[in-house]
Amino acid sequence: MKTWIAFWNILLKDMRTYYLKPPNVSWGLLFPLVWTGMFLVRSGGGLDDVAALLPGLVAVSVLFGTTSMLAVTVTFEKKHRSFERLLLAPIPLEVLMLAKTGGAIFFGMVNAFVPLGLAALFVADLPLVAWGAFTATVLLVAVSSAFLGLFIAVAVSEVFEAQTFSNFLRFPMLFLCGLFFPIERLPALLQPLSYALPLTYGADAIRGTVLGAATMPLALDLGALAAFCALLFGLSLRNIRRRWIA
Amino acid sequence: MTHAIVVENLTKRFDSVTAVAGISLAVPQGALFGFLGPNGAGKTTTITMLTGLARPDTGTIRIDGLDCTTRPRAAQDRIGVVPDESNLYPELTGFENLCFCAALYGIDRTERRARARELLDAFGLTGAGDRRFGGYSKGMKRRLTVAAGIIHRPPILFLDEPTSGIDVASARQLRQMIATLRGKGTTVFLTTHHIEEAERLCDRVAFIVAGRVVREDTVDALLEPVRDRHALLVACAGLDAATAAALPRAFPGLEFPLLEPDRMRVEAHTPIPVAPLVRHLDERGVRVLEARRARPTLEDVFIRVTGLEAGALGADKGNGNSGGKGGNA
Ligand SMILES: Nc1ncnc2c1ncn2[C@@H]1O[C@H](COP(=O)(O)OP(=O)(O)OP(=O)(O)O)[C@@H](O)[C@H]1O
Ligand SMILES: [Mg+2]
Repeated sequence: MKTWIAFWNILLKDMRTYYLKPPNVSWGLLFPLVWTGMFLVRSGGGLDDVAALLPGLVAVSVLFGTTSMLAVTVTFEKKHRSFERLLLAPIPLEVLMLAKTGGAIFFGMVNAFVPLGLAALFVADLPLVAWGAFTATVLLVAVSSAFLGLFIAVAVSEVFEAQTFSNFLRFPMLFLCGLFFPIERLPALLQPLSYALPLTYGADAIRGTVLGAATMPLALDLGALAAFCALLFGLSLRNIRRRWIA
Repeated sequence: MTHAIVVENLTKRFDSVTAVAGISLAVPQGALFGFLGPNGAGKTTTITMLTGLARPDTGTIRIDGLDCTTRPRAAQDRIGVVPDESNLYPELTGFENLCFCAALYGIDRTERRARARELLDAFGLTGAGDRRFGGYSKGMKRRLTVAAGIIHRPPILFLDEPTSGIDVASARQLRQMIATLRGKGTTVFLTTHHIEEAERLCDRVAFIVAGRVVREDTVDALLEPVRDRHALLVACAGLDAATAAALPRAFPGLEFPLLEPDRMRVEAHTPIPVAPLVRHLDERGVRVLEARRARPTLEDVFIRVTGLEAGALGADKGNGNSGGKGGNA
């Protein structure tokens, strides 16, 4: 019960002070819209093409709503030493880190539903969307993106490093994940790299659940995502114990 | 006697700097323990290890009987920490900050709101409770940080220079509050370079210099060697060199460690005969303006024990923190 009070209040504080701030919310809404517009203009397509763009949009929204946000806020609190208060709290480090990532995960998920919701409302009926599987997929993508942010936060000590490092990871990930260029068309050397990235499985599962056009079984995608989550969380915790309580 | 904090042979290096070089301490349950030393002596480093924010290179730590050597965070539910920096959340108000800190310890909503209000009041911050912490003055930040450290009523409290940057009245109030907490059974580990504060508050004191404890004892025991020493400060006018030079011979039982044209310090193992001294000076045309007894202080002990000048500890003197210093006539 006590741990739960701490968990909930850490989560709530982060939501209030970081994630639900107007600039952040408008960014979360604007970014998918601008991104869609850009693709439509480039491909010269009409509104009907929106459905084809949706998986990419969802993935981008989640990735951009979580990773760097988490990395930056944690690095910021670490730098200003308010993070020490959390380390002094009588709760397991696992719970603390779940609370810290919870806000980003929630925000990432909301971001994922924005493009899909808008598309469903205004553009096309999306008969193939498997909502349950989609939600599960988006959750795992958000969790793995947030844990990636946590991993980054533990690896750096300055806020600008967190920002740079997140971009360094997420931009290549976007291009290698198969959303915008099919993986088979990538240079043979890069293809194994694609399969070493969590977003590749996330993108495939999103494509499957939104358009019914996955290349791998959903169970494999979700399993791989879950494995990435566990790996990133485990590594981050180990690094926190080593680097932050050094 | 049970001990709240037991530390053996603690060391910590940062690259080339040995911050803590083999410290052993035992703080009895319920004691108010002062950890005194100059800047860079290793006080804060010791506290970060004791509170589970850093791991020692060698040595063992037991807090409230729990082994915190291999599990640095084992005792987190028993300790409260006021860090050397005021590190609350700048974007939250004073009230929200206190409530948040209470929530970290699992205190329910009604209770934490009540405690937050109570503490804002106790620290004279009620009017600032709705303002963002980021906009507080340095002393207000310090006060709120102290409040945040005690809101969960920890049985063991670590205070890293709690009164630094606080005005005289608030510092006095804070010292009273610390004494009250101790009266209720809280063990307090207090670092400071304000010796008089330590002398007034603490039961036991450790002097730390360059990462080592050079002396550790009760305040009474530390004062023992200087206790039977009597000292007199005399302000005068017209003390010429010849008269000054003749004084030790005229008063064989007295020592004159300081003899200047306008002031002198007289010390002795027996009460100093003030009247004969004043008469002696008066007869030789020296006007005595003031003579007051100087009480031997922990500062004198510190200087003897460490061989350091008082100035080495004086970082806090400039800000009016030493309220009441020298008023021992
Ligand atoms: N993170 C760190 N990295 C490198 N050196 C450090 C670190 N923390 C402390 N030190 C060094 O360890 C020594 C002890 O520092 P510490 O902060 O413990 O002193 P202190 O007694 O608290 O001093 P002050 O009275 O100024 O607060 C200093 O020489 C300091 O430079
Ligand atoms: Mg310090």
